[in-house]
Amino acid sequence: MDLLNINNLRIEFPSRHGTVVAVDDVSLSVQPGEVLGVVGESGAGKSTIGNAVIGLLEPPGEMTAGHVLLKSEQIDTLNPEAKRKIRGRRIGMIFQDPLTSLDPLQTIEQQLVETIDLHLKLGEKKSQERAVDLLRQVGIPDPENRIKNYPHQFSGGMRQRVVIALALCAEPEVIIADEPTTALDVSIQAQILELMRRLCKDKQVGMIIITHDMGVIADITDRVAVMYRGKVVEEGTTAKILGDPDHPYTQSLISAVPRPDIRLRRFPMVNYIEAEGERSRNIDLSTHWLGRHRDFEAVDGPLLSLKDLVMTFVTKPAFFKRNRSTFNAVDGVSFDINEGEVFGLVGESGSGKSTVARMVCSLYKPAAGEVNFSGTDLTKIRSENERDFFRRQMQMIFQDPFSSLNGRMRVMDIIAEPIRFHQLASSNQEVEQIVNDLLDHVGLGAQASVRFPHEFSGGQRQRISIARALATRPRFLICDEPTSALDVSIQAQILNLLKDLQEELGLTMLFISHDLPVIRQMCDRVGVMKQGKLLEVSATEDLFEKPTAAYTRELLDLMPRLDKLSHEGLEVEGA
Amino acid sequence: MISFIFKRLVQSVIVMLTVALIAFSMFRFIGDPINNMVGQDTSQADRAALTEQLGLNDPFLVQFGRFALNAAEGNFGISYKYRQPVSSLILERLSATLELSLVAAILTLVVGIPLGVYTALKGKGLLSKGIMTLSLIGVSLPTFLIGILLILFFGVMLRWLPTFGRGDVVALGWWTTGFLTLSGIKSLILPSITLALFQMTLIMRLVRAEMLEVLRTDFIKFARARGLPDRSVHFKHALKNTLVPVITITGLQLGALIAFAIITESVFQWPGMGLLFIQAISDVDIPIMAAYLVLIAFFFVVINMIVDILYYAVDPRLRADSSV
Repeated sequence: MDLLNINNLRIEFPSRHGTVVAVDDVSLSVQPGEVLGVVGESGAGKSTIGNAVIGLLEPPGEMTAGHVLLKSEQIDTLNPEAKRKIRGRRIGMIFQDPLTSLDPLQTIEQQLVETIDLHLKLGEKKSQERAVDLLRQVGIPDPENRIKNYPHQFSGGMRQRVVIALALCAEPEVIIADEPTTALDVSIQAQILELMRRLCKDKQVGMIIITHDMGVIADITDRVAVMYRGKVVEEGTTAKILGDPDHPYTQSLISAVPRPDIRLRRFPMVNYIEAEGERSRNIDLSTHWLGRHRDFEAVDGPLLSLKDLVMTFVTKPAFFKRNRSTFNAVDGVSFDINEGEVFGLVGESGSGKSTVARMVCSLYKPAAGEVNFSGTDLTKIRSENERDFFRRQMQMIFQDPFSSLNGRMRVMDIIAEPIRFHQLASSNQEVEQIVNDLLDHVGLGAQASVRFPHEFSGGQRQRISIARALATRPRFLICDEPTSALDVSIQAQILNLLKDLQEELGLTMLFISHDLPVIRQMCDRVGVMKQGKLLEVSATEDLFEKPTAAYTRELLDLMPRLDKLSHEGLEVEGA
Repeated sequence: MISFIFKRLVQSVIVMLTVALIAFSMFRFIGDPINNMVGQDTSQADRAALTEQLGLNDPFLVQFGRFALNAAEGNFGISYKYRQPVSSLILERLSATLELSLVAAILTLVVGIPLGVYTALKGKGLLSKGIMTLSLIGVSLPTFLIGILLILFFGVMLRWLPTFGRGDVVALGWWTTGFLTLSGIKSLILPSITLALFQMTLIMRLVRAEMLEVLRTDFIKFARARGLPDRSVHFKHALKNTLVPVITITGLQLGALIAFAIITESVFQWPGMGLLFIQAISDVDIPIMAAYLVLIAFFFVVINMIVDILYYAVDPRLRADSSV
């Protein structure tokens, strides 16, 4: 008997522009002790299925066909009160972001005890004992004391453990985990996945893991369903789907996952999905504005040279200096980047890699050390004019394409702003022409210029960010996790675009990422950071083939085991 | 925590000194204090003597220092008009204003927060749409008009409630209260509603907006996914998180209730500080004006400090021991 059955599920979202079918004729089943993966890119409808199963569809979403059976009992037709009693008691749910999943104003004990007492009616005392026990099971050290703490006193990984404990409170039969590790570092991700897998086997719980990450799928699932535009296009055992996919979409999806084992010249494109932006018209860079004035004064030695960079944050402010607690986010970092080189900086969250980037472009003032750019120490610059001169040569692309563009400005003005500020064009007409050319060049098309950022998808917005960064005709580009918020197929497109631009314009890049496979594909040399310190710097291929630092080896080991992935049918240009 | 309070105290003292400076400069720059005190026929020599005696020939800083020290002790001099110490004049009326503001503040919270929660939860219902429309009227109608309309309806047409004054009051030491007599309580109703109406709608709309925001957060979604009943999700988790920002606004508004009771007090002839202040303006009674200014600033500073400390109590994230 199946534990959970989803039969012919159809979910519609009526809107002003007609009905959107989010989930179309989807059937899935889970056995006790089995982990089913549901994989797909954003908008494929995978989260909607999870919400529908627990009866928490966001209005105006509506189940128009199909049914959900829990141990052969139909649960989608129950009244709201009966559905509520199933939630948490028989079906548990884990969400993506552990930082926001817990009530910040209550101790985790209050939250655990409330849930346990509600479902199991154990009374205050027994519930507390069970809460401590649960925390021990999910691997929180010293649970008797930590249980009195508030969520903000736990790190991200620990909070996700608390969330899992909360989902396990009443020993549910099914757990639905919606992107449970997306917000976590790889090392934490590995631990959490291991924990989930163990709990699932020990307690014979059926688990559905919803994710966009092929690495997670390879790590933990027994079976996989691949979703594309609301439909399940392929389903089978994990080994079969990853090793020998039948459907062209699955094949494209898997081929777009950056490979950790070998460096390719370009990312394979997901050819099944129509590319959201392709270069409609290439600009001849030898004559175009963008390609002119690229004769920056030559430098002896590296273009960028960091010396013993230190950044200190005050964690506990106090009136007297001796009472203040400080924390060195970046602690004595030195490295060089040569002209035309792509330098990667890799590390887990909190390792200080973004802080380094911010100091390089003078967003933060370093507590000590030098930032030498083409022979000038940027930290010593006093005059605004001189600073602008370097700012023009150095641009940044940020991680989050949703908050890095001003939502009240049209794309035209967003991209034109740096051109106007640095007075790089002689007339307004010329500015507009340049903006349109830039948009064309990054693959958006000039008609994008009159629209607002919210009208674009994440990948398109990241293209706008790139166009904006190019608008000052920079020499040096800082990319801070430029694709970590994007789907894998979009990531491939954006990274290809960055590679092309880098080659065409001879850009020098500082490329920051936590994703080792991406680093391998993009960078010439890599620095590994941990807790504010730079552990090692080496040529990318050397780092992957023979890492020196123990921590680097650890990181490499934690890379998702993609050896199961198929690379057949992979057509790589000039690989 | 201690250093935080210490810092706030230093800031508060700076604010109070600045306000005191403004109050003090009124004496020097609005009219001639000697002219205000003596009659037409006082001789020039007497005037000079009085000026010397009052210390008005001293350097500016000395005079200001003297004023600030006196003010810190609650001594604001003698009212030009009443010929009584300003401090005792204000003290007499302080209880009237504070009682009115207190009742209005309680009304604001007791009515505003539940209505805000209701309209946030039942946003589509007819009743909450009606409440939202009414609240627009509450925000946009000026206080004096509401007061006059209430007087017209309940005082003149229905003759249910008194339209002016405090009714009978009972003295408890220097504090006089209207809470203990029927006429005192009846007299409080119309002015406190008038004073509270704007704040009530403001708090209601604020609570509604904050609550809608909180209801969209992940932890509410996760609470529902754990099967917690609506009652617990709404009141235990959502409401408490909603109230964090509401506390600040409530603190500021409490200050505003005391300070801007002036209009309500004028309309209802309420014998409070506001009325005293309005009369002081028309009489150019500068000591009263100065004292009122300093006192209101003092209220604001104290209330804001309490709000900041309350923040610490409500929100564990702000407490100093937030180590991992």
